[in-house]
Amino acid sequence: MDIHEYQAKEVLSNFGVAVPSGALAYSPEQAAYRARELGGDKWIVKAQVHAGGRGKAGGVKLCNTENEIHSACDEMFGRKLVTHQTGPEGKGIYRVYVESAVPIDREIYLGFVLDRSSQRVMIVASSEGGMEIEEISAERPDSIVRSIVEPAVGLQEFQAREIAFNLGLEPRLVQQMVRTLQGCYSAFSELDATMVEINPLVVTGDDRVLALDAKMSFDDNALFRHPQISELRDKSQEDPRESRAADRGLSYVGLDGNIGCIVNGAGLAMATMDTIKLAGGEPANFLDIGGGASPERVAKAFRLVLSDDNVQAVLVNIFAGINRCDWVAEGVVQALRELQIELPVVVRLAGTNVEEGQKILAQSGLPIIRATTLMEAAERAVGAWKSDLTQNTKMRAV
Amino acid sequence: MSILLDRDTRVIVQGITGRMARFHTMDMLNYGTNVVGGVVPGKGGETVEGVPVFDTVKQAVEATGAEASLVFVPPPFAADSIMEAADAGIRYCACITDGIPAQDMIRVKRYMYRYPKDKRMVLTGPNCAGTISPGKALLGIMPGHIYLPGNVGIIGRSGTLGYEAAAQLKERGIGVSTSVGIGGDPINGSSFRDILERFEWDEDTEVIAMIGEIGGPQEAEAAEYIRDHISKPVIAYVAGLTAPKGRTMGHAGAIISAFGESASEKVEILSAAGVTVAENPAVIGETIARVMRKAA
Repeated sequence: MDIHEYQAKEVLSNFGVAVPSGALAYSPEQAAYRARELGGDKWIVKAQVHAGGRGKAGGVKLCNTENEIHSACDEMFGRKLVTHQTGPEGKGIYRVYVESAVPIDREIYLGFVLDRSSQRVMIVASSEGGMEIEEISAERPDSIVRSIVEPAVGLQEFQAREIAFNLGLEPRLVQQMVRTLQGCYSAFSELDATMVEINPLVVTGDDRVLALDAKMSFDDNALFRHPQISELRDKSQEDPRESRAADRGLSYVGLDGNIGCIVNGAGLAMATMDTIKLAGGEPANFLDIGGGASPERVAKAFRLVLSDDNVQAVLVNIFAGINRCDWVAEGVVQALRELQIELPVVVRLAGTNVEEGQKILAQSGLPIIRATTLMEAAERAVGAWKSDLTQNTKMRAV
Repeated sequence: MSILLDRDTRVIVQGITGRMARFHTMDMLNYGTNVVGGVVPGKGGETVEGVPVFDTVKQAVEATGAEASLVFVPPPFAADSIMEAADAGIRYCACITDGIPAQDMIRVKRYMYRYPKDKRMVLTGPNCAGTISPGKALLGIMPGHIYLPGNVGIIGRSGTLGYEAAAQLKERGIGVSTSVGIGGDPINGSSFRDILERFEWDEDTEVIAMIGEIGGPQEAEAAEYIRDHISKPVIAYVAGLTAPKGRTMGHAGAIISAFGESASEKVEILSAAGVTVAENPAVIGETIARVMRKAA
């Protein structure tokens, strides 16, 4: 789960990371009022969306007057901000963060990630802050400092000092850097984060080390023990179908094609998508209905897949290990009856209790297209979709 | 014997009183697995499917001589259960549980390093289908009837995609020595490389099939290991050619976030290491059969 910059800054400042003073606003008027409260004569107005690359996309504006704040806000509120991370549909701006501008001496990149090679938390830092980490790795790989944290004892001061000195920080700034690094690591480990990124971390003209931006992501599997983090979820930043799916315990990712997929197991779901492509179609979605797929879950999956208007055929591919084909078949039959689905539906079942499952499908009297192999299922789904297009009719072959 | 488990291996099930655990305990017993006990704190003294339940893993090990464990414990408590198994002297543990917090798994792995390598428990998973040595024993949730005994060693992240491969092999009359699920989580107990090493030394295994997917460095690490240390033919399939970058595809670990993590990049890295790559999931069985004919 991602959170907004202003939320990440609040979380991190609770762990001792210094941030510029700032305040949240839900309207241009409120933004101007917040700026007056903050004082000073230069402010940054920042669109709060769950995506990087806001600056280049016009989501971060330096303002010198209240009027400028008003016009910056007018351009942001209610708009969709499209950055290289949002996709073409962009993300809605409903909140802005107003921050006092600070004089910047230098910019540092600082990231904390789960490193899958060492299977530990890794700190990635670079003296080339302000650029994206991908750009830094491509253009200035020598500027990158990495350090892996021993999980039993946490981040040690010497490690933090090493990072600070390797970044070329002056000795008088090292203690502030150590505090920042330790604060970030504590927040990361205590709150089950999967990513903390401060880009840039700046050294100000008056020798302060400040997090000018902050991004945090959290482990969905650990949210149960961090209710205060769960509360920071902002559904306006999520694909509505994906959040509806997540609320129902299904894992869904919307794509651009028109063959809806209902599959158990993430690997098989990806393989099914790949096979559809191979058979000449395009998958409309990734959907893993998970292990214990009850009939209710299957019905929910159908509703979800059909909520995408682009879907013109549905492929159900279930290889039952932890679940059973007869259950799945009941779910399919129940869903088709309840939802009165008129699109072609191809069902491929295999594994535990496959005969019972096939029997239930066959005896249902519903126009279900059955398949036994993965390739056959994909070909029939693509075939059904294509013939559906050419015939422009709602007749189905059994 | 097969890698990891055999006909006589004494098995316990942690979390045995849960609905799915009961179902699969029955299934494992029917398959011939030597299930000798279960563990659920506070339910010691009960029986499930005729199997005695203990309060702690230590008690179960003392009473039954258990060597292997299957973990079905819910995510908030699963990491604790794995460490309990490691501490009780369990030799091999497969964890089925999906949804364990990543940092809990970091802690588990750190904890296991307190034991010297020859005494350290082998962990596969979490978020996996377990391990099966067809005709001998099943420690997991896979449908046993789709596997024939034979000489192909399978290592896979995804449970159901592994079944798909086994079914394609069965169709061609090709059997499996052992199939190991390493799971779809970003932090897991054993990597492709760890299991490849076991298959290289396994007399029952002639060829090795690796079923990978997008995300993480383990396929690339395996490629390097295969190039330098594996003499047996290796076949691979990598799922997720159509998966968009930066999106988590169901498995917590299935996300392309760095170079070398996309399916096409992994395919390239594996091919360069001499691995025969199946172009699509429908030809995994066919590709393995072809490589076996060539090797014979």
